[in-house]
Amino acid sequence: MSFWEYVGSRHAQLLADTFQHASAVFQCMVVATLAGVAIGVATYRSEWAGNLAVTAGATLLTIPSLALIGLLVPVTGLGVAPTVTALVLYGLLPIVRNAIVGLRGVDPALVDAAKGIGMSRAARLFRVELPLAWPPILTGIRVSTQMLMGIAAIAAYASGPGLGNEIFRGISSLGSVNALNQVLAGTLGIIVLALGFDAAYVLIGRLTIPRGIRA
Amino acid sequence: MPEPPAPPAPARAATGATIRLENLTKRYSGSAVPAVENVSMEIRAGEIVIFVGPSGCGKSTTLKMINRLIEPTSGRIRIDDEDVTGIDPVKLRRKVGYAIQSSGLFPHMTVAQNIALVPRMVGWPKSRIRNRVEEMLDLVGLDPGEFHHRYPRQLSGGQQQRVGVARALAADPPVLLMDEPFGAVDPITRDHLQDELIRLQHELHKTIVFVTHDFDEAIKLGDRIAVLRERSQIAQFDTPEAILTNPADDFVSGFVGAGAALKRLNLTRVRDVGVVDFPTACVDDPLQSIFDALRSGTANELLLLDRHHRPYKWLRRGDLMRAKGSLARAGTLVHDTVTRDATLRDALEAVLTDNAGRVAVTGRRGRYEGVVDMQTLMNSVHELLEADRLEAAEHQHTLEEQRAGRTRQEQEGGT
Repeated sequence: MSFWEYVGSRHAQLLADTFQHASAVFQCMVVATLAGVAIGVATYRSEWAGNLAVTAGATLLTIPSLALIGLLVPVTGLGVAPTVTALVLYGLLPIVRNAIVGLRGVDPALVDAAKGIGMSRAARLFRVELPLAWPPILTGIRVSTQMLMGIAAIAAYASGPGLGNEIFRGISSLGSVNALNQVLAGTLGIIVLALGFDAAYVLIGRLTIPRGIRA
Repeated sequence: MPEPPAPPAPARAATGATIRLENLTKRYSGSAVPAVENVSMEIRAGEIVIFVGPSGCGKSTTLKMINRLIEPTSGRIRIDDEDVTGIDPVKLRRKVGYAIQSSGLFPHMTVAQNIALVPRMVGWPKSRIRNRVEEMLDLVGLDPGEFHHRYPRQLSGGQQQRVGVARALAADPPVLLMDEPFGAVDPITRDHLQDELIRLQHELHKTIVFVTHDFDEAIKLGDRIAVLRERSQIAQFDTPEAILTNPADDFVSGFVGAGAALKRLNLTRVRDVGVVDFPTACVDDPLQSIFDALRSGTANELLLLDRHHRPYKWLRRGDLMRAKGSLARAGTLVHDTVTRDATLRDALEAVLTDNAGRVAVTGRRGRYEGVVDMQTLMNSVHELLEADRLEAAEHQHTLEEQRAGRTRQEQEGGT
């Protein structure tokens, strides 16, 4: 059976997997973004707290994803829980790091001006600092998403959702007729998804980065 | 709640507030010497006071303590008799305009959004804010239609600075703090901005505290100048005239620098010295009458005015003859004029470059008003310096009397 015949015959299954993959990555990204920006906001002012957050994130990232999921299974059980936990943890680092770099990179003169014209702490954060730090934060989100696309495939190991199932099925039945097709379909699906997400981010950037600070 | 309709123009003559600093001290932990030590001064409502001093003397720190961007270690700040040392700093800052060196405009907001910030924070209704933004842009000399939707990076340095001032003034605060606002623009733009500030202040009468390290800027702008030395100690706090003619000590005279008499010229406007009349004629006058005026008059030169009464040509006796009676070819074109608002220094510059040593003074729409020549300038400068010297001597005298009186009292108290 050729690759396209395989895709044709299994398109329902493939579409469902693709959708689940995208949905898992998207939801985890939302959580990781909120948590990452919150951690960034909470720590960027303090030298040591900010560095600690970045170092902790970097350490997490050095754990092989297969190992982390394996370690999570005894704690969270199989299925969605370990997938989401792992994805969110991996997704944090680029966002936290870029949020801290972005917030620290805001011109101190502007913060001074914001204070000087009578903006409260919250107004300063939401009206000045976060909007100015948004471009690097968005870049962090983009990098995270690309990473999670690949890592989400590993989640199938803990019977998580997504295109990883296709790949694992192929690997486990190597030598059979459709093994290569399965691996190929899963991989290509992930690449297409990643490109689609990236295009979406370009659009989001266009829409959310004010013209005054767009590069 | 129904809001009163927004006033179309500045509805009231906004006036400044008195600022009183009482024994203000700032001590940073970890440094033995305080950054600002025991500074007391009173800044009167509606005046421009300049803090000038070498870098690192604490002038900026003192300024920032007024809106409590830097919290004083001890001492009080009173604005219009209200002690603001303890009130919510956010509230305080909304009543005190603040303009800084790099303009401090937020790059992600348009010009209009930047200006609207403070009015929005204090809760003005939308329509009033919209009108106010237009009004402020007008006030600082930027066309509202053109600049409203621009982003700061689409403006020149000088334009950014203007918007910065507009933002600081948007909610009509009685006090305006300016921290070296014109420090980062080129000299020509700086000169323009200084002129604009003088014009603005004529309209608004705010209390302005202005920090600079440029003494010439201080002289040009200040009603009074506080020359500060290290730890923000006041070396002299007086009018520019008094500081120029009678510096309190070597530190101040060092800061004033050479050429005090020349700098004095910056303080006086052409309107303050007598302009002299000059025989004039209009291009529309019959040729014969111009001819007669030149031949019979006591002066051997005429200033020819154009139809709108603007200086056009200098016409000497004989010029007409040489040009065979053609006004279009006779005489020399007026290439430089000064307005009544020009400083004597500008006038001197113009007189020096003119080959006959005089310059025409113009009023509204460039209409001729008179002429300033070398003689007038020299006389007025002599008079000015003489008056300054007298005043300084009198000042000295009163000071000595006070001192003598105090000594006497102490002696009497001692016995």
